[in-house]
This record gives sequence, C-alpha cells and structure tokens, in this order.
Amino acid sequence: MIKTQNNKAWFLVLPVLVVVAFSAVLPLMTVVNYALNDTFGNNKFFWVGLEWFEEMVTSSRLHDALGRQILFSAIILTIQVPLGIYIALNMPKKGFWASFCLVLMSLPLLIPFNVVGTIWQIFGRVDIGLLGHTLGALGIDYNYTNDPFDAWMTVIVMDVWHWTSLVALLAYAGLQSIPQAYYQAAKIDQASRWAVFRYIELPKMQGVLLIAILLRFMDSFMIYTEPFVVTGGGPGNSTTFLSIDLVKMAIGQFDLGPAAAFSLMYFLVILLVSWVFFTVMTNLDRQESK
Amino acid sequence: MMRVKPSALVMGLYLLFLLLPIYWLVNMSLKTNTEILSSFTLFPQELTFRNYMVILTDPSWYMGYINSIIYVTMNVVISLAVALPAAYAFSRYSFMGDKHLFFWLLTNRMAPPAVFALPFFQLYSSVGLFDTHIAVALAHCLFNVPLAVWILEGFMRGVPKEIDETAYIDGYSFPKFFVKIFMPLIASGIGVAAFFCFMFSWVELLLSRTLTSVNAKPIAATMTRTVSASGMDWGVLAAAGVLTIVPGALVIYFVRNYIAKGFALGRV
Repeated sequence: MIKTQNNKAWFLVLPVLVVVAFSAVLPLMTVVNYALNDTFGNNKFFWVGLEWFEEMVTSSRLHDALGRQILFSAIILTIQVPLGIYIALNMPKKGFWASFCLVLMSLPLLIPFNVVGTIWQIFGRVDIGLLGHTLGALGIDYNYTNDPFDAWMTVIVMDVWHWTSLVALLAYAGLQSIPQAYYQAAKIDQASRWAVFRYIELPKMQGVLLIAILLRFMDSFMIYTEPFVVTGGGPGNSTTFLSIDLVKMAIGQFDLGPAAAFSLMYFLVILLVSWVFFTVMTNLDRQESK
Repeated sequence: MMRVKPSALVMGLYLLFLLLPIYWLVNMSLKTNTEILSSFTLFPQELTFRNYMVILTDPSWYMGYINSIIYVTMNVVISLAVALPAAYAFSRYSFMGDKHLFFWLLTNRMAPPAVFALPFFQLYSSVGLFDTHIAVALAHCLFNVPLAVWILEGFMRGVPKEIDETAYIDGYSFPKFFVKIFMPLIASGIGVAAFFCFMFSWVELLLSRTLTSVNAKPIAATMTRTVSASGMDWGVLAAAGVLTIVPGALVIYFVRNYIAKGFALGRV
C-alpha cells in the first residue's frame, strides 16, 4: 500500500509512546545507572564507569550461563520448528476436527508459566509422577533432581510440550492461506509430496515461519519461570540459564552493579539477533509486495 | 479414507502427548494426599473434592484468581486502546522516524522480564503504585502493547484505503469513522490481538509477583504457598493448577472461530 506522508500521524502514536516509555525507558535508565555506579546502600552512588562490564565480560559464571543458554535455545529451535511444521501438515483442514485440534493445541499456551513448571515437576517425580514412575518401572534410572542429563531432558521436553503448538499454529495459518489451485497444478504436474512441500508449502510459509522462529528464539532465550520451578537451576548449576542467574544475582545477592551490567549485555545480544531477523523479514515483505 | 489415517495417527499421538501431563494434574487434584503419596493409581480410588473446596472457600486463595483476572482485563483494555490508533498510523501514514519507532517498539517485546523486575519494583514503589492491579497491568504493557500494534497493523494493512477516503467524503469525522466503520472491519484482528494480550498477561509470573505483595497478588504466586507448613500439599497444589487452566480454556473455546480466521488472515 502506498502510504501518505503525514507527520500528524505522530499524534496517533503518542499514547503508545507514553505508555511504553513509562514502562520501558524509565526502568532501562535505572538499569544503566546501576551499571555505571557502585552503591553501599542509603542511595549513595559512586561512579565506577565500565568496571562492572569488564568484570562481567571476563566472568566465567556468565560464560557458563551463556553457553547453557545458547545450547538450550539451539536445541529448542531444532526440535520445535520441524516438529511444528510436521504437526501443521497433519492437521485437519476444516470442520469439527480442525477446531477440536486448535482448541486442544492452544491449551498449553494459556497455562501460567509456573503452573507449566508445576505440572512437569509433578509429572516427572519418581514417587508420584506418571512419567517418572513409568520410566522407573521400565528400569530406566531417571531422576531429574540429581542427574543433570535427566534435568536437561525434562526441561527440554517440557518446553517442547509448552511451545511446539505455537509454531504449529503459525505454520498452519500459513498453510491455510495457500490457494487450492496451487495443489491442483502440482497434481497435474505429478509432483511428489516432497516437491509440493519444498516448492509450494515452504515458500508460502516463509513469512509466518520467520515470525515463529523469532518468537521462539526470544522467549527461549528469556526463559525463567518454568525451569526455575522444575529444577531451581540445579542440580548444581546445570540448568541455570541466563535469566535465572540474573535474578539470583540481582534479587538474591543484591549485586546490583554487576547484575545491571549483565542485563544490558543480555539485552544487547537479544536485540542484535532480533534485529537480524527483523531486517530479513522486512526485506522478504518488500520482495513479496513487488 | 485410507489416505487420512497416517495424519490422524500423528495428530492423535501429539494430542495425547499434550494431554497426558494435564490428565495427571486433574487426576491428582481429585485424590487425597494420603492416596497421592502412598499408592500409584491411574484414577482416584476415593474421589474427593476437598482440594477444590479448600481453594474456593479461602479468600486468600480465590482472591488470587480475582486479582489475576482484574489486572489481565485492565491490561487488555489499555493495550488495545493505545495500540489501535498507533497501528492505524503505522498502516496508513509514513512519518518522520516511523520505521525506527516500530523497531523500538518491537525491542520491548524482546526485553527479558528479568532485566526489568528490579527497576519496575523501584519505579512503581516510588510513585506509590506498588501492590495495585494497575501497576501489573502497566508493567505487562511493556510486551503486550508492541505485540498488539504489530498484530493490528497486519490486519489494518488488509483494509483498502479507499474505504477511509469514501468515509471522509461522506462527512465522517476521524473518531466516528474509526469507531463506526473501521473497527468493525478489523473485528477479527481485534479479537486475535485481545487473545494474545490476554494470553501473555495471564501466563506471566516474574513481573506480577515482583510488583505485588498482598492486595493484588496473582494466583500463580499464591500457589507457591503450598510448599511451606507441614510438607507439600500436593492435592491443593494440583487443584489450584487445574483452576488456572480453566479461564484460558474458556477463552480459547469462545474465540476458536476468530482464531482460525485470524490466523488465516493476519500475520499472527
């Protein structure tokens, strides 16, 4: 659509600006302030410059948490995106069963994060959980509270359970928008199922898939509540992801300066990756409208 | 018919995977604590509703639900009210700095709540809003407003501009045109945006827990109570979990047709 040049449109954007500035800019400035100062209480601050940043960049604790976080997000994306597409391809196209599946699949998305954690905490427990008990009965030594590998598996399966539906629903929306004529043409050409997927469905889903990947990346990179409820970051530090570590530092130990410096770098990493996604996305949009 | 079967099998397995943990939670919520701890049963042997009665008769439990519903509703209303005009501006006009502004808005959706928890606490305490519903509603605007703008802009782009122009020629003022003509046209978009705002505000815990202590405490935070006292009250915990799923399930049920339609039309 060709847009009219009109700077008065700023008046329409103003309410958003005020609300978001109140809840984003002011707190962010506070974080910046903490990151550059040291305090011994009583609201007295001493300028320390970039000291906290230097400390954090070289901190092995941060490196470990970052490594775990990247591994976690990578595993989550490699499982959820293909699985979500696969589920979307198998969903009924219309009628009662389509809305039946939609309703059931949306269910995990609307459960509060800590309840998701609670559900899996109960489900996985060796003594009272269906999963833990069944695995134990099958002779598999499974206990997410002492074994780091089991803890990882639990957290990953939980996230797959929680969020795959979002990818599937988005991919499903992309599939629904493909006109029937494309499939008919493919049938006439006797295209294989794979060819239909590769040359018709995948390109048509590109836009929504990018949104799905962007959302899943951001949210898995910020994950806090669910693993915190299930494992509390343990055993040891094995499931302490960035947000868990950050909250521990800021609220648990009240190390405001390092925590704030850490926050800012954390935010910048997410921003950078998301900016790349966003640029790719808007370029695709432009190509499509041409 | 034969061709449908493999996909039905895949869906069946996937839905089974989704429902098993929820089934287990419901199962536990209907058992007594002795049964939960002493025996392993797939169905409650002595069916009991005690766990639900505990929650529904104790104000410190059920007020949690009311608090959550209050701030979620406030958040949906505020988010939509500010996002609608902004999304219209983004979809219809180009103005100075529009692209930067749009990206800046989206960056707030990307901000980890953990980064903002402590500053939020101090900000809202200093303006005297700590432990009020509006504080949580405003804090959730951080990620819901950008999302609402993003979704609505996608829907508004689909409405031809000629409709605006015709309305102005017919003598409609901007507010009247917007409410009477434009909003009904993107009703399903508003439905989808409201659904997503509801969803992200309902499920969020870190900020809502940090910003409240008693009067506006959300149910999700109340649930952590069961850990203390005489060991873990698993039955009540499970029952509280089941009750937090109910509002979400109701909302999905009512908007299911909008969602299917909205998914097909818009960018979400």
